[in-house]
Amino acid sequence: MAERAQPLRSRWGLGVAACVAALILGALAAVVWRAEVGRGIGPADWAAIRFTVVQAILSAGVSVALAVPVARALARRRFPGRRFLIALMGAPFILPVIVAILGILAVFGRSGWLSDALAVFGFEPIQIYGLHGVVLAHVFFNLPLATRLILQGWQEIPAERFRLAAQINADPRAMWRLLEAPMLRQVVPGALAVVFAICLSSFAVALTLGGGPRATTIELAIYQAFRFDFDLGRAALLSGVQLVLTGAAAIVALRVATGEGFGTGLDRSLRRWDGQTPAARLWDSLWICAAALFLILPLSAIVLAGVPGLAAMGGRSAAAIWSAAANSVVISAVSTGVLVMMALPMAVAVALGSARGGGALVEMAGLLGLAVSPLVIGTGLFVVIYPIADPFALALPVTALVNALMSLPFALRILVPRTREILSRYGRLSLSLDVRGWDFIRRVLLPRMRPQIGFAAGLAAALSMGDLGVIALFADSETATLPLQVYRLMGAYRMEAASGGALLLLCLSMGAFYILDRGGRRHAET
Amino acid sequence: MKHLAFAAGMLGATAAFADTPELIVYTYDSFVSDWGPGPAVEKAFEAECGCDLKLVGAGDGAALLARIKLEGARSDADVVLGLDTNLTSAAKATGLFADHAVSADYALPFAWEDTTFAPYDWGYFAFVHNADATAPKNFGELAASDLKIVIQDPRSSTPGLGLLMWVKAAYGDKAPEIWEGLADNVLTVTKGWSEAYGLFLEGEADMVLSYTTSPAYHLIAEEDASKAAAAFDEGHYMQVEVAGKLAATDQPELADQFLAFMVSDAFQSIIPTTNWMYPAVTPAEGLPEGFETLISPEKSLLLTENDAADLRDMALEEWLSALSR
Repeated sequence: MAERAQPLRSRWGLGVAACVAALILGALAAVVWRAEVGRGIGPADWAAIRFTVVQAILSAGVSVALAVPVARALARRRFPGRRFLIALMGAPFILPVIVAILGILAVFGRSGWLSDALAVFGFEPIQIYGLHGVVLAHVFFNLPLATRLILQGWQEIPAERFRLAAQINADPRAMWRLLEAPMLRQVVPGALAVVFAICLSSFAVALTLGGGPRATTIELAIYQAFRFDFDLGRAALLSGVQLVLTGAAAIVALRVATGEGFGTGLDRSLRRWDGQTPAARLWDSLWICAAALFLILPLSAIVLAGVPGLAAMGGRSAAAIWSAAANSVVISAVSTGVLVMMALPMAVAVALGSARGGGALVEMAGLLGLAVSPLVIGTGLFVVIYPIADPFALALPVTALVNALMSLPFALRILVPRTREILSRYGRLSLSLDVRGWDFIRRVLLPRMRPQIGFAAGLAAALSMGDLGVIALFADSETATLPLQVYRLMGAYRMEAASGGALLLLCLSMGAFYILDRGGRRHAET
Repeated sequence: MKHLAFAAGMLGATAAFADTPELIVYTYDSFVSDWGPGPAVEKAFEAECGCDLKLVGAGDGAALLARIKLEGARSDADVVLGLDTNLTSAAKATGLFADHAVSADYALPFAWEDTTFAPYDWGYFAFVHNADATAPKNFGELAASDLKIVIQDPRSSTPGLGLLMWVKAAYGDKAPEIWEGLADNVLTVTKGWSEAYGLFLEGEADMVLSYTTSPAYHLIAEEDASKAAAAFDEGHYMQVEVAGKLAATDQPELADQFLAFMVSDAFQSIIPTTNWMYPAVTPAEGLPEGFETLISPEKSLLLTENDAADLRDMALEEWLSALSR
């Protein structure tokens, strides 16, 4: 098959993808290597696998189904506070799980605001604990991410298309058929796969809101195998199951996602002429208000709980919190840098690979960071590092690296569509002008990808800031991160100070996300 | 010039550091935290040993044992502090621990005979509730009530496993019936103690599984007398936290010195208001003011380490099947 000439090569991306795959699969292999013959997968584990898949499918389906109208409303409307709302969408995702759970329960719990409000009218309190509670919490975490991913799809339709649609007076149905539906066919499968993969590794959220051991997930079974039974073989086996499930979801998503793209635009700022009827305005406003309330209420509960904690924090608590916050900021910065260096070449390789077939493999390598349990990655790295170096001395670098790996799937979802578009639009033109390699990256690729890079970097920074992940396996008293300190405060009965720490974490993560995301869009219309 | 002095100072510090023997103690995370006993213990021991005490945190008690198994005989650790009697049997089976030479006048409700592990603190599991509410007097009353409780998952949490052992020790073969009765009282099950206690403080549940000493934190640290522990007439299950010396330690004398220090006043007087447990040896100045307000169970329950190990899997099965319905 003749290869189409391109101004960039996929060598770098393929190399990075190979390293990522080697690192994660190597960690998994190290756990297997260290394992003795264990119990294998029993009936209880199959029940856990069933429950995990059911809740992940429901959570992904509901999150994305709700995200489509919300993203559509945000794409069509301009209103004060819109940017703030979009930035806020990064928040639920990066909160330490325990903080988010308390926030959700402050609104939807047995003694939450909603139950209190219902009690005024003589209703029973809400029953939140059960499968519906698990899905509700997962939607709280993932609706914002899905919305951002889908909103990006809308924003990548060139402004000229909307202008043309307005000129030919396209009615809403025609708009849907010509522009929106084809875009959604490209974007939705990927969003579904990512949310599904995230929910697959849920543990504390599913257990707490699921109301008991019925809500046992694969991740809990892995934790049990490691901590309760010290059966490393079973932990690795279960991790393999997670890997297969995520892989299957990714393959389905790649197969289903089709579409040709929308042709070249002039990177003009976007203006919409459609959807200006009162009914459409009302419809969009309803969606935006509903989504904003759903996000903002639990977040305000966290802020309200945190303010007195921050105010009252003094002495040893304050010093410990601030030094942990400094650690978290450094880890987050390093991890974001590493992420961008990995994700860009991989995105180029995926974009080029669509013509050659290697793209799917690179994309799968990118998903591995989500597909393998952090506990298994951490344990595997520990097994590998332990004989050659002091794992505690490497706690911060290892955490930064693993955090970057975890953000990789999101970054690729954000970067790949735009990279593909730029290569297909400007590739031949650039070649004919002999702009290739570094020149192409600097003059063509990077300037056009700034918003996407900013969004991906912002998400990675925020995720890394809020992640507890592997640091708990490696940390000693000096290398604690802010999420770890928040957990420690809670473990020491200091719930008020912990709420203060959580609020600080929320501010830092949101700040990092906002700065990077805005930085990327400095002269773009959002 | 300042930089030069700083560099010289660093070099000097490194040289001095190299001569100081280092004792590495693996413990659970909340022990090393800034709010746990760790910082004070480190300061007190370093003042008397002329060594560098390095406390390393690894999850909770069970994760700590998993870590030791993972590292095996190559481990840098000299002492492991923070296992409990539900884990000591498995810990001994690894063959990684050496006998200790600690003796003390323990304040435990029973005689301590373990030659591998020495205790440093202990407590009773209990359901904590708001002091103004009426509490049930036993598991039967709790099951018959419509009170909502939050408990921890025994697969991921030490108190969670403690509750399994409590019901097993009190009811033996009747444990499944007790759990079936309790099933509709269990609001939810959490991954760890912090989640459960947080939910309780938020007002989600009427009671939470914790320790009889939990109200002491609120009373002493927050001057808040609104929390109480419910006294159950079946007796309360105990948790005894222990430490042991690793056989492969390169600092055997220092490790012995640390274990002896562990049962001395200097260490024991730190425990009550940092770990919020009873010290294994009552310090000379007695327990802190406020501890006298705590309930003291009439009957202490504790399975032997072998029974605990043998019954663990069965108790878990019973719990899972009762609560999964």
